[in-house]
Amino acid sequence: MRARSKTARRKRTVGFLGDLYAILIYTVLYIPVVVMMAFSFNDQRYNYYWNGFTTKWYGYLLENDALIGSLWYSIVIAVLATVISVVVGTLGALGLKRFEFHGKKMINSMLYVPIIVPEIVLAVALLILFMNVGMSLGMGAILIGHCTFCIPYAVVTIKGRISGDGNSLEEASMDLGANRIQTFFRVTLPSIFPGVMSAAFLSFTLSIDDVVMSNMLAGARNTTLPVLILSMNKAGVTPDVNALTTIMIVVLVAAMLLSNGVKALLRRRERRLERGE
Amino acid sequence: MGKKDACRSQGKTRRQRDLRRRALPALAQAGPVSLWMILFVTLPMLYIIYISFMCRGVCGDVVCEFTTESYATLLDPTYFKVILKSMKVAAFTTVACLVLGYPFAYYIARKPADKAARLIMLIMIPFWTNSLMRLNSWLLLFQTSGPVNNFLQWAGLTDKPIMFVYTDPLVMLGLVTNMLPFAVLPLYSSIEKLQNSLLEASSDLGATPRETFFRITLPLTFPGIFSAVILVFIPSLGIYTVSDMLGGGKVLYIGNIIKNQFGAIRNWPLGAALSVLLLVITGLLIFLYTRFAKLEDMEVV
Repeated sequence: MRARSKTARRKRTVGFLGDLYAILIYTVLYIPVVVMMAFSFNDQRYNYYWNGFTTKWYGYLLENDALIGSLWYSIVIAVLATVISVVVGTLGALGLKRFEFHGKKMINSMLYVPIIVPEIVLAVALLILFMNVGMSLGMGAILIGHCTFCIPYAVVTIKGRISGDGNSLEEASMDLGANRIQTFFRVTLPSIFPGVMSAAFLSFTLSIDDVVMSNMLAGARNTTLPVLILSMNKAGVTPDVNALTTIMIVVLVAAMLLSNGVKALLRRRERRLERGE
Repeated sequence: MGKKDACRSQGKTRRQRDLRRRALPALAQAGPVSLWMILFVTLPMLYIIYISFMCRGVCGDVVCEFTTESYATLLDPTYFKVILKSMKVAAFTTVACLVLGYPFAYYIARKPADKAARLIMLIMIPFWTNSLMRLNSWLLLFQTSGPVNNFLQWAGLTDKPIMFVYTDPLVMLGLVTNMLPFAVLPLYSSIEKLQNSLLEASSDLGATPRETFFRITLPLTFPGIFSAVILVFIPSLGIYTVSDMLGGGKVLYIGNIIKNQFGAIRNWPLGAALSVLLLVITGLLIFLYTRFAKLEDMEVV
């Protein structure tokens, strides 16, 4: 009896220490975000010390053409990179899962290269290639660069959603007279849709936050937002950038909550369909 | 599987028809991704190896002449020191992430599935903030007149403000906080797969919690640990944004050197040789990894 209460007490202590430790780690992870947000309300031209509360930077932000310009540049690239990566990645995940062909093993391992190799290596390699074929740097080059690391993530994410038991549903659909395209949009796509959405979200966040690839492949005139921030670093990052980043994280979290809501809805529908209602 | 066997046993004409029926969709689905990987991964990688064996021209151009000069330059003390230091810093980051991340991942993995999913999401959210702005926050906190120094002086722990900014320790803090999720996620998924029955059996057979941990838990989660090592060590080796933001150009790692060779200094063959060095290190670690785990099982997302 006493032994049991001792283990119970021990368990409680360990559980308490675990909670404490987790809180500590989360605190360290969230400190930079909280500080970043706090300094968007700092009444100072440059963020060196705290000088009182103001919301003026959220207004000034709109007049900072360089900042807004680079934001649009980043968003356009991120949206295009997401669309390309999701389309190529969805098709690729299906193709690599379902078909056997020569060189499949090589493609499968190549997919892990952009994920694992340091990004600077891939960026430099693409830079040399583009310069060699005489392609001008800028949006096109950055877009290709971003897709090159987004596609592998998209393929891996979506592949995880494709069920292992093969394509019996699709065969049934085609036996019932649907053609390949109809089958894809009505049967295949809905079944992997949560994976496709995760892939899209991942591609967008990877692209919009990228510095290394964009910095290497940027043209002379326009830059993406992260590249602009990197170049601001020497003189000090101004609070309007903090304001912009604060808005962006709020939008992203809202989008995540929305997509989770949609996912939950889809799951519920799936379950209802399984029950045959 | 059964289907493939069935296909194999059928007649040749059937197989040919099957091929035609399947070849087109296979090409349409796997074609784009294969083409993209060959054009923008395989080709550039081969090309960078080629460039690393070329000469540097007078005005920073690349001269097509075979030489191993760039690799010899890497052994030059100036560069070799940077390479060694980068390795040391990356190794420190990896160990720190493992030591901090393992108990954290263990904590999450022991929670019920829905709660664990939420806790994992909570790790990811800070990483949607621009990584440079997060680094900038550390700079704000640790600068000479910043909150940390103010606190230390107020508490009487130091008379003069401590110079944290532009030093290696601050860069390492930035690296560890940036890389931690890449250790936690693979560790979590390998600990989560661990079966409770094994741990119970171990303790029923008289093992102490410590014995159970070192003999059962640790060996069984080794693939996760190795994934974490790869996903933390390799990026830390090549990253230059952290040392740029927190090191202010005074702290140089391999990534900074590569970047500079393709920027102001314009010595492409040397930059290429350094990149090839990173590729070789990566390849070596991956080779070791595939000895006892499948590459597909690496939890990257």
